[in-house]
Amino acid sequence: MAEILRTVQVHGVDLFGPLLWPLVWVVLKVVLLLAPVLFIVTYITLAERKVIGAMQVRPGPNRVGFFGVLQPLADAVKLIFKETILPEKADKGLFLLAPLLTLVPALLSWAVVPFSPELILANVNIGVLYILAISSLGAYGIIMAGWSSNSRYAFLGAMRSVAQMVSYEVSMGFTLIPVILLTGSLSLVDVVEHQRTWWNIIPLAPMFFIYFISVVAETNRTPFDLPEAEPELVAGFFTEYSAMSAGLFLMGEYANIVLVSFLGALVFLGGWLPPVSWLSFIPGLIWLGVKAGFLMFVFLWIRATFPRYRYDQLMRLGWKVFLPVSLAWIFLTGLMLQLTQGVGGG
Amino acid sequence: MGLDLKNLLRSFALMELAQGMAVTLKHMFKPYITVQYPEERTPLSPRFRGEHALRRDENGEERCVACKLCEAVCPAQAIYIEIDPQSSSEKRLTRVYDIDETKCIFCGFCQEACPVDAIVMGPNFEFFGSRRSDLYYDKQRLLANGERFSSVLNACIAADAKYR
Repeated sequence: MAEILRTVQVHGVDLFGPLLWPLVWVVLKVVLLLAPVLFIVTYITLAERKVIGAMQVRPGPNRVGFFGVLQPLADAVKLIFKETILPEKADKGLFLLAPLLTLVPALLSWAVVPFSPELILANVNIGVLYILAISSLGAYGIIMAGWSSNSRYAFLGAMRSVAQMVSYEVSMGFTLIPVILLTGSLSLVDVVEHQRTWWNIIPLAPMFFIYFISVVAETNRTPFDLPEAEPELVAGFFTEYSAMSAGLFLMGEYANIVLVSFLGALVFLGGWLPPVSWLSFIPGLIWLGVKAGFLMFVFLWIRATFPRYRYDQLMRLGWKVFLPVSLAWIFLTGLMLQLTQGVGGG
Repeated sequence: MGLDLKNLLRSFALMELAQGMAVTLKHMFKPYITVQYPEERTPLSPRFRGEHALRRDENGEERCVACKLCEAVCPAQAIYIEIDPQSSSEKRLTRVYDIDETKCIFCGFCQEACPVDAIVMGPNFEFFGSRRSDLYYDKQRLLANGERFSSVLNACIAADAKYR
């Protein structure tokens, strides 16, 4: 992989000149990164319908193309050609900006997600912190959508959604802290490489489960999809949205699912490392894909299985169960590290 | 009250969730039971009440004797009949026999009331119209239906005869 990158670099400088090349190279890298991500985002919608269909003993979409493979394209064409309705009393600027503000943070985080030790757009040494910071921005898009729609349902949905996201971000952040303690670095590459002996899921299994449940809540998925609880709130914060502006919200939701699946695979499941060393002939990219794909499948699996939570149950789970448990685990991890390695100067 | 330790531990170990997810996973590998409608169809009962049809007898004459029992029994008043006063044949015949399918509630009383098995409800449920007038069936259309589905209608009546 490093060989290919180097030859591309050399030829690129020849082709574009030393001044223009860095710019072209960055754009090229962004496109090469985002194209597969958006591809996964479109096809996870199909996967969702297929998986849930199979779990409900029905075939799912199978009309558009062989096995329904063109269904996401048909959906996209439909969404694009529909009319984007602007409510008369909406704040037009914010109303149109809000979907972008939910989608863009989900895509921005990919900048620091490593696919292998070399395949990473920006190998910053604060990768975990960056992702936590960027993913909190998604809440702004949602509250803007709810506020600017000037509709009761959208507003209440946005309130719920933001309260939920903020609550679960806390426990999600706390589940990542023991990992950082173990690794001693905020860089995602270091986090993965540190799992050579043990994947983090072995010493931190409860943290992995809390992380996963928190991100399900964070991405507003079933069983925590209260923001769009149809019987009470129509469609939650995007009640007033139609056509592609609603489509962008959905894309943001799915992009977030893909992102947190990759993050979970990197942080807890050993990223590109094979489970046993004799399996290392399979490239790391495939291992990462398999692990993240499994987590995405669990997202769909959960949606097909569980009924929706009540709002007070959701808040109780977040603040009264996950928060103390993850705090206790941080304490335990710190204590164990102090006792075994004397981290922190003793 | 007291804490139920066993249940608490089960909850913390996510046992209930695992059980539920095992059920859905098991179902995922079952073959699906969906009937792919336009290509596959569910079997229809001989008593199925679909689109109306007027039958003819073996000699090709209309069975209907204009007794108006169906018109009288119809709870939705969807049937309109006029007797043909200048009928040349020995039988009484209808001049007008209209059924408004938009009014019809598909109760099947008309075919129950009919003493000569003339008006029947056929096996066809795939009829539609883009205007109301498309669903106002006159005698010609009902007789055409009778010819179109005659074999199925005869089979249905034969299959159901022993229960009547």
